[in-house]
Amino acid sequence: MSGVSGVPDPAHDPAAASAAAGRAAPATADPATTNPPATNPPATNPPATEPTAEPTAEPTAEPTAEPTAEPTAELSADEWRRLRGLVPAVLGALVRRHGHFDLCEDAVQEALLAAAVQWPREGRPANPRAWLLTVASRRLLNRLRSEAARRRREEHAAVLAPADPPDPAPAGDDTLTLLFLCCHPTLTPSAQAALTLRAVAGLTTAEIARAYLVPEPTMAQRISRAKQRIRAAGATFDLPPHAERSARLRVVLEVLYLLFNEGYTASSGDDLLRPDLTAEAIRLTRELRRLVPDDGEVAGLLALMLLTDARRPARTAPDGSLVPLAEQDRSRWDTAAIAEGVALVTDALATKPLGPYQLQAAIAAVHDEAPTADATDWPQILALYGLLERLAPGPMVTLNRAVAEAMVHGPEAGLRLLATVEVDDRVAGRHHVDAVRAHLLEMAGDRAGAHAAYLRAARRTTSTPEQRYLHARAARVADAVGPGAGAGAGAGAGAGEAWAASEAGEAEVVEVVVDRVRA
Amino acid sequence: MKYMLLIYGNESVWNSVPKEEFEEIVRQTDAQNRALFESGELVGAYGVADQDMAKMVRVNGDGAPAVTDGPYAEAKEYLASFTIVDCDSLERALEIAAANPASRYTGVEVRPLMHEAKLDV
Repeated sequence: MSGVSGVPDPAHDPAAASAAAGRAAPATADPATTNPPATNPPATNPPATEPTAEPTAEPTAEPTAEPTAEPTAELSADEWRRLRGLVPAVLGALVRRHGHFDLCEDAVQEALLAAAVQWPREGRPANPRAWLLTVASRRLLNRLRSEAARRRREEHAAVLAPADPPDPAPAGDDTLTLLFLCCHPTLTPSAQAALTLRAVAGLTTAEIARAYLVPEPTMAQRISRAKQRIRAAGATFDLPPHAERSARLRVVLEVLYLLFNEGYTASSGDDLLRPDLTAEAIRLTRELRRLVPDDGEVAGLLALMLLTDARRPARTAPDGSLVPLAEQDRSRWDTAAIAEGVALVTDALATKPLGPYQLQAAIAAVHDEAPTADATDWPQILALYGLLERLAPGPMVTLNRAVAEAMVHGPEAGLRLLATVEVDDRVAGRHHVDAVRAHLLEMAGDRAGAHAAYLRAARRTTSTPEQRYLHARAARVADAVGPGAGAGAGAGAGAGEAWAASEAGEAEVVEVVVDRVRA
Repeated sequence: MKYMLLIYGNESVWNSVPKEEFEEIVRQTDAQNRALFESGELVGAYGVADQDMAKMVRVNGDGAPAVTDGPYAEAKEYLASFTIVDCDSLERALEIAAANPASRYTGVEVRPLMHEAKLDV
């Protein structure tokens, strides 16, 4: 097996190199800021945000296999997706043959960019995977040769690629191995996510940078640093030992769910420049499910993603504002995704050990299966939150249970439960507590209290759409002139439940948050 | 999560810093920015030109912009520089702020930046 460690010099990430070369080094103090007036503390110039130059077209030495299609100006989104789908297999083959995960990863990225430039101009190769592997191998060997020459100058012997490559493992194994490697526990969550997007999903650094709205050099450096850390940790391109596999798989699931939630934005669907992280997360989780079919939590996470994403078409109003669950047009939900998610979670619950993702998927399924908001089976949701709280206790779960509790037993019961959790340091001062309290107070008919709590929540959130939503709720409560106004606020005694159901949307706001925070 | 680290100027503070000490502050700031760039956390770091260079633009009812010199005259402290970082937690942002030499003089204000994700988690 090839180790990913072993290259002594980390300064060979082309992305990092181009980032450093393309602009003034960030450590170089700009005279404009360090000169007088001395009353200004210094700051250095930032790395500029213009994209680093993509590699120029391949020389003619690159393979230009028989064109199979008319050349077009650029690859279609579909072609690009298919091309990216080849990345794990190509990268895996390269690493198993040569070692040096970090250098191989760069080489594959360069080959991808070369394909994007060359294929539209010169035609698509008959065997895209072989093309990518050939180009990436050549890039890698060039790199290793210059590396070797450098080391020879330093009086070290250099051994290049072995003559007989080992038998390639099935591509599926490579994807799994890569996922474990990219989600290495020594990396921070943002580094795990970025590296997974590049080395497993095959996104370019520029695309990942756009997805996270950071300058490309920042993202290039984050990825480069992640690879250095993996090497420093001595990780190898192997599946983790059996004893560790379960714990490592949990980390992979957390990273995938993080990606899913990062992509959970109003605009990602129609913004061509920003890759759809939600779709990538679902694609990767689906792949993981294929590779690890027996793990109930992998199935649970895939189900949770599908059941949540199914509501995406109804979740945003034409003006971009959030539409709460209770007010969504359920005819716009994706019924195929719901059916798949329900089948997945039903099977997992019946045959696998219970887990938090499965329970959250089950809760999402109860929502998705209700023909109307009023028909939501809140007692079942409450029971599921009770189970979830026992399995994975935490203040965010309790917050959600407080909403369900209010739906079943009335707002006072929910508020009582809320009181037990709002002092928890992990949620104290965060907008979630205020949003839930506002919702429960509104249910209880305390408009002044609800108004104040909505405004407090709005001040504390850093999500712009969520802030707009909370302000709108605050305004709606303030505008209501009587107990019968607004959303039919349970004027009659005993009408609390129907009113509650019509207001259930906020539950989702909190619900979806649960696992992010726990993770 | 992105955070903005704001450093405000105050003439009496920065004028009282000896030259060598100020150069050390510059050196430490450069070193911190380099470290933040290398960790992939630095989105940008900018020094703001002196308030003498500041302009205030107001558009009144007639739609014509009126440009005047300077910020609000009564401000005792003015923005001197800002840094934007993208890091994993508030705790990390506070750690970065504490490592900035200005934290020993004027303090460093840490403000989360709003984002477009629908849920704030």
